Amino acid sequence: MPLAAPAPPAAPAPAPELDERLLVRRVYDRFAFGPDPDALAGAANGSAADALDSLLAAAGDGPAPGVSVPKFAAVPRLGKDADAAAKKERARIRRSHRQDLVQWWSSTAATSPHQITERLAWFWSGHFATSIAKVKLGPPMYDQYSTFRRLATGSFGDLAQAMIVDPAMLIWLDGNDNVAGAANENLSREYLELFTLGHGSYTETDVREAARALTGWTVAKRTGGARLVPARHDGTEKTVLGVTSDLDAAAFVDVVLDRPECARFVIRRLWFRLISPTAPDDATLERLVGAWGTRRDIAAVLREMVHSSAFRSEDASMVKQPVEWMVGLMRALNVDPSIIDDRARTALLGGLRGLGQQPFAPPSVGGWPAGTAWLTTATSVARSRMALQIARLAPDAAELGGTPAARVDGVRKLLGVDAWTDRTRAALTTVAGNTRDTLVVAACSPEYVVSR
Amino acid sequence: MLSIAPATSTHVSALTRRRFLRYSGVAAGGLMAGCTSHPIALSDVTAVAESDPREPGTGVLVVVTLYGGNDGLNTVVPAGDAAYQQARPDLAYRPDEVLDLGEGLGLNPGMTGLKSLWDNKKLAVVRGVGYPEPDHSHFRSMAIWQTASPKTPTSTGWLGRWLDDVAADDPLRGVSLDPVMPPLMSGSTRSAAAFPPGGLRLPGGRLGQGLQALGDPCAQDRQWQAAAAGAIADLRTVAAALEPAVGRSAGGATANPAPEGTEQQGGSAGGGGALGVQLDLVASMIEMGSPTRAYSVSLGGFDTHSDERGTQQRLLTEVDAALAAFQKRMAADHHGNGVVTLVYSEFGRRVTANASEGTDHGTAGPMFLLGEGVNGGFFGDEPDLGALQDGDLAVTTDFRSVYATVLRDVLDVAPDRYLDGWTGTVDGVVA
Repeated sequence: MPLAAPAPPAAPAPAPELDERLLVRRVYDRFAFGPDPDALAGAANGSAADALDSLLAAAGDGPAPGVSVPKFAAVPRLGKDADAAAKKERARIRRSHRQDLVQWWSSTAATSPHQITERLAWFWSGHFATSIAKVKLGPPMYDQYSTFRRLATGSFGDLAQAMIVDPAMLIWLDGNDNVAGAANENLSREYLELFTLGHGSYTETDVREAARALTGWTVAKRTGGARLVPARHDGTEKTVLGVTSDLDAAAFVDVVLDRPECARFVIRRLWFRLISPTAPDDATLERLVGAWGTRRDIAAVLREMVHSSAFRSEDASMVKQPVEWMVGLMRALNVDPSIIDDRARTALLGGLRGLGQQPFAPPSVGGWPAGTAWLTTATSVARSRMALQIARLAPDAAELGGTPAARVDGVRKLLGVDAWTDRTRAALTTVAGNTRDTLVVAACSPEYVVSR
Repeated sequence: MLSIAPATSTHVSALTRRRFLRYSGVAAGGLMAGCTSHPIALSDVTAVAESDPREPGTGVLVVVTLYGGNDGLNTVVPAGDAAYQQARPDLAYRPDEVLDLGEGLGLNPGMTGLKSLWDNKKLAVVRGVGYPEPDHSHFRSMAIWQTASPKTPTSTGWLGRWLDDVAADDPLRGVSLDPVMPPLMSGSTRSAAAFPPGGLRLPGGRLGQGLQALGDPCAQDRQWQAAAAGAIADLRTVAAALEPAVGRSAGGATANPAPEGTEQQGGSAGGGGALGVQLDLVASMIEMGSPTRAYSVSLGGFDTHSDERGTQQRLLTEVDAALAAFQKRMAADHHGNGVVTLVYSEFGRRVTANASEGTDHGTAGPMFLLGEGVNGGFFGDEPDLGALQDGDLAVTTDFRSVYATVLRDVLDVAPDRYLDGWTGTVDGVVA
């Protein structure tokens, strides 16, 4: 983050609205991984609402063409006397799981025609944040992410039910250790605090009682599936959020979903990541809750968000998360991560580390940082390196334009940037003699790092 | 080992980090023995982290050296003690000015972040730390602290000797962000990797110029764009503040040192925010999963022979802000589990103020340990202001006991091997 305090902003005038063309671009930034070059041309005269509709029409969880399901190498089972070499080999294989996952994820995000699915699945993976650092294996993480893709724009109720017994989630939040008589509260607490209701909307007693409702769910080591082991389950009466019954996991989730706080909490989280760091005003929130409705309909909420005046305001600009920036750049430059060589792929994976965001490894169950946390000296350097790597892989780079001035404008259109500031135009002019350098500077510009 | 005549209190020249590191001769020993202090770049860290990431929870030690001899009495302040008030009437803090820690002690008012950590039991204060037969020379004293060898001058640092054992397979096991490799991290065959913040730089040539130009402020920027431009501008500021002389050559970790006399009161070798920048990078490296187990960062300027109160409080505020921001990142990321930060200076200062509203070189002072795995609270005995030794505070805890504790409980090694047989520890500090 900046070392010196930024200059105080000028006295705030009411923020202007963006014109429709810019709002269309904003739809692609927030509900897809950025525009590809054809998208903006195709939507040239349409409205932001139309653009969202076309994204929703293309929702689906089929695989991206040419991207195959990762094949995770078998992890050796080690006995107690395993030597250092065997442990090192097992660690290497586990690392390969993570690398295979990130490779699959980035290829899918960059090339999938179901952009809204990919974008919302990414959101849910940050909302129900689970880390491979503890889960340790690729398959349950892949399965969890597949669930996010399948349910990305459907009903939140389905997602909530799926996650309470998701194997990766159970491992991550100690569900396996939650047994009758010795309840482990990790899952019930984080589920209430971070996934559904938010701090202050439940009591400590609710956490404890809910933990009892969740007892008995066990992940089988051999198959990786989750099942309820009756002998480990506390089937007695519990009281959670005012409801008394012999609640089990599914019933607990139903109780939570019925709370009015649930819609508000989840909607606010969606808003924070997709629309603006400034919370929606009460009137907007109520309309969004109306769209959520009894079906807890995520797509309907997204449609209502795009209608809101807050979405149309200059103020709804946001710093892109590193993966959004990276995948957006790949899409704009037509770079397909699945067909690059191993060296380039390793460099990109390392680059995500340098940017501070590694898919499938959020820093904690609280999810990813936001805003200026992504704007440090180290990430600025990392971003310049990654931009250079991606620019080198761009097949269409030569077509920016014949003159320096044409290239400055050409790269602007290619990246979907609305307009260059005088400062960035001057910076680009410095390098406009070289196409690749022009791409790099444009990719690192504040105008592209931020989604206006 | 160079011998430097002890400075008198009227003709003292400000100790700077650079002068110590250049003239102490300790680092030279390690470097002359054939180990090289190799500068690394960000891509080295990410590449190693890809292939050999650190398991979160494994212990990491971050050593913060405050050069110049920080005045312990005005850091952990016995404000209620009449002897303190009487000894330094113009320097002393009143009881209502300090941040209460209990047992009659309070933190310097600039250290609000550490006070928060104290309240959350994440800050341990080890009192009265020093070594027997105190030496009031900056050079000798800092050399003792970094080599952990009070009696016999030696050319290797206590962590350098550890690196000799563990760094063979892993050149990033120890990383120094200091402008010059400190003796602390120099062994006889190995030293830490040097990653000076000034070395964090954009590509060169015309591309670099274009990228740097993105950091220029622009009135057309709105809030987030301005922040993005600011982060790039910070790269330029970091380079300028930490290595002020032009002449950073390609890949060079060591730069021409700042000309004498350009440094502010107290001898700081860096501009404002220098420690914050270093710890910011350490946090980034930890979050990236770097396998590094020990980091060295530092700040100069604590040699407050005159006009102490304002200078020291400013410095301590800077230290506090940097530590608090660092600790916040460590608490938020599971990679932060196991990270313990150790803060020390080469000695405290004299109890009685001198005629220049400052203090002269003293003996014992407090050490701080902070982190999620630290058991907060007081350790060691507060030196008795009524039982001074030649006007100096008595040492109640040997510094090697603190080192032994972190070697054993953070780096998971047998401490006596690296501390010439020393076996004392301060138990219970690290969980």
